[in-house]
Amino acid sequence: MNYTIPTVDWSLVLPFALVALTGIVALIIETAHPKRDNGLIIGVSLTGLAATFVLLLTQLVLPPARTFGNMVLRDQFSVLLQLICVAATAVCFMFSDGYLREKKIAFGEFYPLTLWALSGAMVMVSTDNLLMLFVGLEILSIALYCLAGMSRSEARSEESALKYFLLGAFASAFLLYGIAFLFGASGSMSLPDIQKAVTGLTRDTLPMPVFGVMLVLVGLGFKASLVPFHQWTPDVYQGAPTNVTAFMAAVSKVAAFGALARVLVAAAPLHQYWFEALYWIAIATMCIGNLVALVQKDVKRALGYSSIAHAGYLLVALLAYTRDPDKVSLGTTVFYLIGYAAMTVGAFAVVSLAAKGDRDGSRYQDLHGLYRRAPFATVMLVLFLSSLIGIPPTVGFFGKQLIFLDALRTGLVPLAIVLAVNSAVSAYYYLQIMVAAFVSEEGAARPVSRKPGAGMTIGVCVCAAGVIFASLLGGYVQETTRTAALQAKPVPGRVQNQMEVINR
Amino acid sequence: MLLPIATMVTEIPISWYLGLGLVMFCLGGVGVVVRRNPVVVFMCIELMLNAVNLTFLTFAAYGIYPGLNKATAYQSAMNGQMMVIFVMAVAAAEVAVGLGIIMAIFRLRNDVDVDDMSSLKN
Repeated sequence: MNYTIPTVDWSLVLPFALVALTGIVALIIETAHPKRDNGLIIGVSLTGLAATFVLLLTQLVLPPARTFGNMVLRDQFSVLLQLICVAATAVCFMFSDGYLREKKIAFGEFYPLTLWALSGAMVMVSTDNLLMLFVGLEILSIALYCLAGMSRSEARSEESALKYFLLGAFASAFLLYGIAFLFGASGSMSLPDIQKAVTGLTRDTLPMPVFGVMLVLVGLGFKASLVPFHQWTPDVYQGAPTNVTAFMAAVSKVAAFGALARVLVAAAPLHQYWFEALYWIAIATMCIGNLVALVQKDVKRALGYSSIAHAGYLLVALLAYTRDPDKVSLGTTVFYLIGYAAMTVGAFAVVSLAAKGDRDGSRYQDLHGLYRRAPFATVMLVLFLSSLIGIPPTVGFFGKQLIFLDALRTGLVPLAIVLAVNSAVSAYYYLQIMVAAFVSEEGAARPVSRKPGAGMTIGVCVCAAGVIFASLLGGYVQETTRTAALQAKPVPGRVQNQMEVINR
Repeated sequence: MLLPIATMVTEIPISWYLGLGLVMFCLGGVGVVVRRNPVVVFMCIELMLNAVNLTFLTFAAYGIYPGLNKATAYQSAMNGQMMVIFVMAVAAAEVAVGLGIIMAIFRLRNDVDVDDMSSLKN
């Protein structure tokens, strides 16, 4: 019996290894100089992220590949999603310093924890193995539980951490139970294998994988905040420190939708069992997200509900893709995620300027007078919010247009109509936020202290560039992910071959 | 197909194990919903994770998946058992973080009843 050590292509794991290593270095710096200036930590973190970004850009043109016994997968879809995550994290770091200082929670631990959460998200999108997906999800989530409770003197930060933690652990139990049944039905954790196994099932053996897929969708639906599982979202978005909320809103959603896309593609043979359910979930997510956001009095909470609504739009894009992968491309989802990350992180960055002392001023009246204090940032806030509404020529408009057309092309006309109506409804609360920022300080006036720093300005500019220029990438994203989605389909037999070598 | 490691285990029908797993999972789920102390809620989540582990091990031992040859069946069994290790490790990490959060809350308000946690609202 001779065992050949399988060759490993390390370049596939290099991006997230680099991010995790940067986190470790940042933590060592913090240990050496506790509670001092965080400038060095930020510098190291941003350098690491920039290196990862460049590395990922060079990998964008490479053909799809797998390594570690098919556990790690790199295709254009995964590289693009990783790029979004890395860029969003870098912007969060840029505006975090001033915010953390203002709130007197300037621990250096924020940076390493966020980097590790990022590495979890990157693992999640660059695999089609359920074990890896689960491990990535937990790396992301456990770090986020800590980050949500980072403001330790603030009861609502702790409360949001506990809610997030308990509901997150509850949801991952569902995800795991689902994985167990998919494993039972196919004997494998790998999504292509599962797809193959469920294709040939008869009436008697079907209930098990169907049950499994449903439970996995519950678990991922929680992460993506789809409607029956969305209750944590507004609470956690409101209670967590604003820079953490920005990270969570962008990165965690990208990772969740990346994983959801892979699971739905693998579950395509069981289409008839889950499609109807997700169809109604998409409608409910769009409507409830937007309608409840209308009556909110807290900006972060309203943006939390808005992120639920955007999850609904993204689900429409995924449903259109799974319904007819030949007619529409997964690129719509990727493109919308690019735009969503840019506009959400930007909006939260500007909203973080309303923090005063150890209090997180996030009610609408706390934004009053923002224009006088930070005119540039406020104008940019208008840009981000118009993109969230979907006003041309922002990326929000083109993203929604693509989803709308995809839905029409695949015969999901009701979803397209609900999407259009919801976009119109959502304008109301986004406009409310805009107006609040331009009202001069009256009545509820309170002394404001902080002027936006250089990091904030740069971060906001990056997001603005994303919102304005990402539209140009639309065609490119559509094209690359079209080929990627085809080639990412199963590469069967490779693990099997290794096992045959062992048995010989 | 039966695996040799599992001959003794498999004298009991698979449905018993899966049934026990399901009962444990549901008990844990009900516990999460009705209990008010976060520590107990978290214990209920652990119960659910144990149900998951039992289910994984059952499938690994029984290996009832159709259409696999012997080599892949062995590998499948290993897959299932490996997953259990990961689940346990992750659960341990979650406990560490979770208890830390509960401690932090207790310091702030000397009370950890989840029903009283309602400061986050509109």
